[in-house]
Amino acid sequence: MTLKIVVLAKQVPDTRNVGKDAMTAEGTVNRAALPAIFNPDDLNALEQALRLKEQNPGSSVSILTMGPPRAGEIIRQGLFRGADDGYLLTDRLFAGADTLATSYALATAIRKIGGVDLVIGGRQAIDGDTAQVGPQVAEKLGMTQVTYAQEILKVKDGKATIRRSIDGGVETVEAPLPLVVTVNGTAAPCRPQNAKLVMKYKYATCPSERSAEDPRAALYAERPYLTLTQWSVADVGGDPGQCGFAGSPTRVKSVQSIVFQAKESKTLAASDADVEGLIQELISEKIIG
Amino acid sequence: MNNVFVYCEIEGTTVAEVSQELLTKGRKLADRLGVELHAVVAGTGIKGAVEFQILPYGVDKLFVFDGKDLFPYTSAPHTDILVNLFKEEKPQICLMGATVIGRDLGPRVSSSLSSGLTADCTQLGIGDFDDVKTGKSYKDLLYQIRPAFGGNIVATIVNPDHRPQMATVRSGVMQKALYEGNFRGEVVYPEVGKYVSPEAYVVKVLDHHVEAAKHNLKGASIVVSGGYGMGSREGFDMLFDLAKVLHAEVGASRAAVDAGFCDADRQVGQTGVTVHPKVYIACGISGQIQHIAGMQDSSIIISVNSDPDAPINRIADYVIVGTVEEVIPKLIKYYKKNSK
Repeated sequence: MTLKIVVLAKQVPDTRNVGKDAMTAEGTVNRAALPAIFNPDDLNALEQALRLKEQNPGSSVSILTMGPPRAGEIIRQGLFRGADDGYLLTDRLFAGADTLATSYALATAIRKIGGVDLVIGGRQAIDGDTAQVGPQVAEKLGMTQVTYAQEILKVKDGKATIRRSIDGGVETVEAPLPLVVTVNGTAAPCRPQNAKLVMKYKYATCPSERSAEDPRAALYAERPYLTLTQWSVADVGGDPGQCGFAGSPTRVKSVQSIVFQAKESKTLAASDADVEGLIQELISEKIIG
Repeated sequence: MNNVFVYCEIEGTTVAEVSQELLTKGRKLADRLGVELHAVVAGTGIKGAVEFQILPYGVDKLFVFDGKDLFPYTSAPHTDILVNLFKEEKPQICLMGATVIGRDLGPRVSSSLSSGLTADCTQLGIGDFDDVKTGKSYKDLLYQIRPAFGGNIVATIVNPDHRPQMATVRSGVMQKALYEGNFRGEVVYPEVGKYVSPEAYVVKVLDHHVEAAKHNLKGASIVVSGGYGMGSREGFDMLFDLAKVLHAEVGASRAAVDAGFCDADRQVGQTGVTVHPKVYIACGISGQIQHIAGMQDSSIIISVNSDPDAPINRIADYVIVGTVEEVIPKLIKYYKKNSK
């Protein structure tokens, strides 16, 4: 069967190196201050989608992302790996969203895309580590959900068979379409960018990424696939009260940098005398032994 | 109405330890708020098998949903149970484990009830909140404290206007303890069909396989942990030798797990297991914040690192400056020599 697949992808700050200006005074994330990357688990999700597309000829894979205009980069990276098209949700009204408001926006866009069989996203994003958006999108769409997927084994007769991780084990489940699946970071890694696709899509951009007198205007007119779909709250028929900060039930009361209490430590060498001395001390104080 | 609820997770007829840890925390929150602690559990053939694993933690009222196909867990039936029960009971707080089940169920329930959910809290408390934007003041909200941004900051989250205030907590973060005060201990067995629609049973579990935990890292009194500095999977295996002589468990940093030196279930840290051992021996671990968050409460911390300025050394009681290849065999040798 042909499948219409939407991959949820997020551009995330690289949390491995976070500076002091990473948070705003309101306690939300100052994304502009950090290098932005394709959320790692979402790449695993994209790979599962691309495999299904190969197994089911005629299927399509679309990238859906929400973020500032520069998040169009995520769609390009998806196209370079084999996605067919992409949608960027961008609007100041989407800003400051917690997971519930994010899910509302994504679900509204998926409804507008229409006829979607499978929504596949990463298990969680490295900036929040919440794993909440997938199930919340599923609930908003009234779709079945399968989380922590390790591999989508097959899709046949309107049902997906999925191997998933559970605490201390594994499970294989069968779930009917339409379906939301979240994929683990330990699932198969995403294929690399394809050179031909990079050539084809390197100038693909969202309208908000372009300047008024863009030197490539003629190219865009000639090749419609270079213009990525960009939607505002109004474009998807969203309720502004359920989007962004206004639609978020949670509030950040305060944010603190972590400072660990430094201890007065005893420094030892790797010499036999020092190591034996430590062992004897620990044993005599009944800490070990 | 307005009580504290804990969703108790089960495997077969065994209640998860994390749920018991949350019952203890939930009891404290309920006492602070002057309300009751309620618990809910759903499974198949659990009547008579789970009550004694739940009530002694101070539960005033336990809702047991026992029905066909409620185990193994699937999302929709358990969501129906919580959503419909919460519409009747209107709890102010709901806690669940930050497990695969809790992280599948919590968001679905929160979306259905339009209520806020905070994942992976490391502390929970009660306090007031002044919303600077609206000028409104709130009393006795649940403070949901969690690391964010890869553990570089800690945020306190509140849900001012929506109920229940929902939070998940990882296993091992809270400590369980039987409750010594008075509690009602009522148990009810609601009819599952009144809460779960027949269409909810759409996901079929074809195969469900859970192995008993291979280790007890969370409860170990000595933990020997390795980082990227162990160099290789073979190098990492030295830690199992050390652990064997010390009767310890082996842990790892995320870097070691990512490098494939050991299994992911041994990861200590914010996104792994939280440990509270008597002795924590960190070998070749530089000490990223997210790792320290999972082991800082160890009574004695020993760091073995060739870098005298490794960040973990700042919180260590003893720092042995040297390579792991040199130091670990010596620890084994001198422990054997002196322990007799």
